[in-house]
Amino acid sequence: MTLLNEKQSPLARFVARDPNLFRLIIMLVAVFAVMGALRPTIFLRPSNLVSMAKQFPEYGIMAIGISICMITGGIDLAVVGTANLAAITTARFLIASVPKGSPGGYTLSMILMGILIALTVGALCGALSGWLISRFRIPPILATLGTHQLFTGLAIVITEGRPVSGLPILFSRLGNKTLAGFLPVPLLLYALAAIIIGIMLSKTRFGKQVYLVGTNATAARFAGLNVKNIIMRTYVTSGMLASLSGLIMMARVNSAKADYGASYTLQCVLIAVLGGVNPDGGFGTVGGVTVAVVILQLLSSGLNMFENVSNFYRDVIWGGVLITVLITNHYLTEHKRRKALKSASEGCGAPWGNLGGVAPPGST
Amino acid sequence: MSDYILDARGIRKSFGGVKALKGVDLSIRRGEIHCLAGENGCGKSTLIKVISGFYEADGGQFALDGESFTKIAPAEAIRRGLQVIYQDFSVFPNLSVMENLAFNMELMKGHRLVNRKRMRHIAEEAISRINFEVDLDERVENLPVADKQLIAISRALLYDARLIIMDEPTTALTKKEVRSLFDLIRKLQAQGISILFVSHKLDEVFEISEGYTILRNGQNVAHGDTKDLDAKKFAYHMTGREFAEETFQPQIVESNPVVSARGLSSYGAYSHVDFDLHPGEILGITGLLGSGRTELVQTLFGLQTHDEGQLLFEGKEVRFTNVKQAVEKGVGYVAEDRLTEGLFLPQSITLNTIVSHLDDLCSKTGFLDQSQVNTEVNHWIQELSVAASDPQQPVQTLSGGNQQKVVLARWLANDLKVLILNGPTVGVDIGSKYDIHSLLRRLAHAGLAIIVISDDLPEIRATCSRVLVMRDGSIIAEANPATTSEARLGELITGQA
Repeated sequence: MTLLNEKQSPLARFVARDPNLFRLIIMLVAVFAVMGALRPTIFLRPSNLVSMAKQFPEYGIMAIGISICMITGGIDLAVVGTANLAAITTARFLIASVPKGSPGGYTLSMILMGILIALTVGALCGALSGWLISRFRIPPILATLGTHQLFTGLAIVITEGRPVSGLPILFSRLGNKTLAGFLPVPLLLYALAAIIIGIMLSKTRFGKQVYLVGTNATAARFAGLNVKNIIMRTYVTSGMLASLSGLIMMARVNSAKADYGASYTLQCVLIAVLGGVNPDGGFGTVGGVTVAVVILQLLSSGLNMFENVSNFYRDVIWGGVLITVLITNHYLTEHKRRKALKSASEGCGAPWGNLGGVAPPGST
Repeated sequence: MSDYILDARGIRKSFGGVKALKGVDLSIRRGEIHCLAGENGCGKSTLIKVISGFYEADGGQFALDGESFTKIAPAEAIRRGLQVIYQDFSVFPNLSVMENLAFNMELMKGHRLVNRKRMRHIAEEAISRINFEVDLDERVENLPVADKQLIAISRALLYDARLIIMDEPTTALTKKEVRSLFDLIRKLQAQGISILFVSHKLDEVFEISEGYTILRNGQNVAHGDTKDLDAKKFAYHMTGREFAEETFQPQIVESNPVVSARGLSSYGAYSHVDFDLHPGEILGITGLLGSGRTELVQTLFGLQTHDEGQLLFEGKEVRFTNVKQAVEKGVGYVAEDRLTEGLFLPQSITLNTIVSHLDDLCSKTGFLDQSQVNTEVNHWIQELSVAASDPQQPVQTLSGGNQQKVVLARWLANDLKVLILNGPTVGVDIGSKYDIHSLLRRLAHAGLAIIVISDDLPEIRATCSRVLVMRDGSIIAEANPATTSEARLGELITGQA
């Protein structure tokens, strides 16, 4: 039980409010310290830190999308398909509308238009998944597996499987810029997405509804929530986030293709779970997901610095991390359940009234 | 041979630092029907689990069928003739009746291959002992609750049970089914089998048991012969509080109804229902499960729609197609199953309270006004005396009664005109039940229109000013609970004199 006591130090209060986030931060510091100690010359170099900050946003943003779907008790496996379809549409649009040698101002306005197009495609993709799930009650894992296949297929048909290149050079310049020497644009976009979704989840009506629907959809319906609408909006949000990821990828490789980032889907699920999103729904925060993204990026960048550890080991290590996290979560929930039972049975014998406002022993 | 099939002395059991049992005694004579009563969390379940070998006691000992134990293995308990029938009956819904009956026996005997002929033989023997007629090839999930219970009982008898513990066996049964269960229990008794009947329902305890043991807070508070017990003493032992019997007298009933039904029908659920609900009154609706009572009130709440007839809300015809429309008109619904339909169990008291009127607590842009939320939740926690240490506490850590209060708070926080309660105090301890009843009376006095659906007839008498009896989808009678005897109401409900 997390009774927030005025006398506690700010740190203790933070730990009590979100023990999972605290554990993740400890883990983050530990991974950072180990990597920094083993390879100080390479790992701590500013250029390495900046390059890490450029890498994680593209899948980090997708992970946030998957996370909000998981909080509703579902999952969005179509993020990568959505990202590629949105990127390809935008790429086609930019190539068609910006001939070589166009003036910079015109190009910029077309790029903004292209971004809007990508977000629209993402929203439509998410809406399709959300519609299948809420209207036909198809289990989210199957519905989004289906839409993923559909979006990827469409992308292949449109491009005939070839990369779409020849984008206005301004696009990838913008996307790869490092502001003020340390702030890469992808990181800025990630921060923006994380802050907006974080606030949405914790401070708005929609956010609360997402958690409630994920906890118990029947009770949500009985409480007068429009469950279909909430699910729809969640997947639309996820789709829009995915399309943003697609744009970042497109800027990084200066082209769009139907099968970019194919390994990201499961990686994002891993990040969500590591970040404390409950696969059964109802729990999870953007803060947790963010720390988890950074941990995984540190791990994979760190491993690249050991010449004798093959890159092939990455999957083995990530799989190991996921399984470890799942097992740890199992024990933590058990522990929490027992603690909850304990405090519930302490209330026994005085089940009404006179306990009000008084903390049972052991809760502080 | 000892006179007692079970004789437990000074059983102690702690979980972490919590003493669930503080030296409890329980003795059951051979062939006795004994009742173990107590409120939720008093240690009843822990005691059963110690005796059946699920938990190991920290102290004390018990004699089972003449043999003394300080701890017992579950298999040994079964060999000594102990069988526990849990609330969920531990049946496999996806398997056939035959498989459910015979599987355990087959496993115990160590057969590795399935022999359907042998299984059928075991199953037939099992049901014949209690003259239970059922299709052995039917899947158990398609059977009514009462039949699932009979399967669990016949399965227990296969093991030569001498003591059967039934954990709240009547929770999901209709009156008629309860009666046939009681007949069966008496038949088992005639065969020399002892029954430990775990319940907190007073009328059942009086009807079936010969001896009783009441626990409170992990201790024995009373035991003896049931014939020396009365309702008042029972309630006092269970709760440690004295209760006055109350009834509801409506004060000001407005003449204009807030809800009227005219020839309301929903195919397959109810037909041609007429009634008026006035502000200031508490209208009871009773009837068996499947009488259409739940479907009828769900129509008032937008969970179902009617096919024929008129539903009038404050004189205007309405047809709610979703819950939100009903909520906006000021209807609240406390669902039948608190755990699956009512609450978001792992979420906080706060979220559970504010869920149905997030709109009022949010700015136009959809941002939650946190200080208003806190003020409101704290107000309701105090107003309904919810026993909680922190509004952020998950609802699942609360007792049944306090959980129900949270559901009530959710609706009362809305600008409510009609409150519908489907089984307002199912699974709620006596103390909270009393609190909830007096709250309902207070709300009605303040001008709220309330519908209470219940098969708990004392509850109807304690709260309702009028009661409608439903049978097979029609309202067949209206009665005044103050002047109608429980027996007469029971006859109306079942249609049997």
